[in-house]
Amino acid sequence: MKPIIELSDLHKVYRSDGADVHAVRGVSLSINAGEFVAVMGASGSGKSTLMNIIGCLDRPTGGTYNLDGIDVARLSKDELADIRNRKVGFVFQGFHLLARTTALENVELPLLYSKPEISARQQRERAMEVLKQVGLQDREDHRPNQLSGGQQQRVAIARALVNRPTLILADEPTGNLDSRTSVEIMGLFQQLNDHGITIVMVTHEADIAAYTKRNVVMFDGTVLSDRPVEKRLHADVELARLIAFQKAELSPSLAVTP
Amino acid sequence: MKIAATFRTAGRALLRNKLRSLLTALGIIIGVGAVIAMTSIGAGAKSQVESQIASLGDNVIIVISGSTTRSGINTGWGSAGTLTVEDADAILREAQGVAAVSKGVRKPMRIAAGNQNWFTTVQGESPSYFDVRKWPFSFGEGFTERDVIAAAKVCVVGNTIAKQIFGSAEAALGQTMRVKNVPFTIVGVLVAKGNNFMGQDQDDVVIMPYTSAMKRISGDKKLRLITIKAENTESLAIAQQQIAGVLRERHGIRPGQDDDFTVRSQEDIAQAATATTKVMTILLAAIASVSLLVGGIGIMNIMLVSVTERTREIGLRLAIGAHGRDVLMQFLIEAATISLLGGIVGILLGVGISQLLSARFDWPTLISPASIVIAFLFSGAVGVFFGFYPARKAAALDPIDALRHE
Repeated sequence: MKPIIELSDLHKVYRSDGADVHAVRGVSLSINAGEFVAVMGASGSGKSTLMNIIGCLDRPTGGTYNLDGIDVARLSKDELADIRNRKVGFVFQGFHLLARTTALENVELPLLYSKPEISARQQRERAMEVLKQVGLQDREDHRPNQLSGGQQQRVAIARALVNRPTLILADEPTGNLDSRTSVEIMGLFQQLNDHGITIVMVTHEADIAAYTKRNVVMFDGTVLSDRPVEKRLHADVELARLIAFQKAELSPSLAVTP
Repeated sequence: MKIAATFRTAGRALLRNKLRSLLTALGIIIGVGAVIAMTSIGAGAKSQVESQIASLGDNVIIVISGSTTRSGINTGWGSAGTLTVEDADAILREAQGVAAVSKGVRKPMRIAAGNQNWFTTVQGESPSYFDVRKWPFSFGEGFTERDVIAAAKVCVVGNTIAKQIFGSAEAALGQTMRVKNVPFTIVGVLVAKGNNFMGQDQDDVVIMPYTSAMKRISGDKKLRLITIKAENTESLAIAQQQIAGVLRERHGIRPGQDDDFTVRSQEDIAQAATATTKVMTILLAAIASVSLLVGGIGIMNIMLVSVTERTREIGLRLAIGAHGRDVLMQFLIEAATISLLGGIVGILLGVGISQLLSARFDWPTLISPASIVIAFLFSGAVGVFFGFYPARKAAALDPIDALRHE
């Protein structure tokens, strides 16, 4: 099987204030279709830089990067934008939804920049389809401020899915969510992954990483460890446990009421 | 990205900050409104001057006694009397291209009828004067050649005199009027002509045979001016030269010596008068354009604020596949939308102002369709021009930095 992501001896050097910052120093990594990978590490470990390169938002200064068979290191700015549009679905920590814009229109957004152009009707159909996939079929008219954090992140995931990307890239997707909603979102990711969608996410929380299949730990610009998850958590099981726990916490107060 | 979608996005962005968009558009509204109103005033003044010049008659040449070569238009109608009745006859006889000649004298004079009196200009002319000036009668008719020979006590009055002294044009006909205690019978009342290009009321006039004016009123032996009608437009220039030639010969002026008369064609007068209004129009439009410029700077300012505020949105759009060009277009269209909408409202405002000036203050205004089209296109151009820098700034953002922007 040909890997979707193939990094070999990847380097990234920034120049800031006259000094070179070596953010990524020689990372080689290959990720196959259908994998669910968590990239972990402390801040400054180079994981964000690595994710930016994987997401084609940034270009490496050394080494090669093949995304779905395309060598993206030498592409122009506009070509990179097209690759991002076609092959990568982004899910950001802060959701990054357009305010005062309905869920449906937020999901349609990547389709506006698709080439060849997609008709307005088709855009709508595809957006409705992915909203259904993330369980928000009856919320398409809601604006972000009318949705909960979890729902907003679902809209963002739907937006990432709408152009049928090769890869979903999530940057701290649970960073702004409470624990129960985090588990729900991880459940959605697991569900999508079960349907064959490749997901790479950045997180610094070990318990969130435990929902994935493979953990890559970065340290000082290099890969410190790269191993499959042994005791993988399943979101539906964890969710049931969480709900039971919350009920138990609430029950004394329930008992007081006649 | 589709244009329709871009316009929708721009519209939504503008509606998000209604007051801000309105205030930004206000700069353009005032600018365009001022340009439209000012140019309409200029154009109105120009057309008024043109119609006043046309009221002189067709292909008219005026010969004034005395030289006025130093300034464009002579305002002192004939200082030293150097023109004679014989000069006028010679012009009609000898100069080519001359169709008719009227011998003119002028005298400011108090006139009276019954218990009314009025200070006006008494004008002596030939019977051809009314034809030369294309000036029809509302009642009665002009005097005749026989009246000239007899220095008859008949006269024609302008509309203002008729109204001031007799109440109406109709009532004036056949009445007697005393000029310097000489009773004159009114044989005709002229149609109102309005002000001339120097703002004088052309209808405030009493016109009588030049012989009557010279013998019975002023005592002048010389003419103040000769009003001449050229055969047609083509012969105007030739006639002008010929008239000067005839007069120089008759007055014995040697080559190199200055004329003791001034020959002015209607065209000369028109050019001098319209030149003034042209300068005024340009000046007004220039002042108004400054406010449009300020409006454009307002757009640039607000677009820069908008780009800063929406950095995260721009970052998102770039991240999910927008090209720099898509973002550039989005902000350009936003700026152009503000300024075009401002332009439309500004045009309405400008038209309203000029209508108001016409209606309330009796200012002549004229709005040409061309000025509306130009104002509309120009307002769009202002938006694109001043929107370009902020839009380019947005398009050049780095998606990573933009996404992280707080």
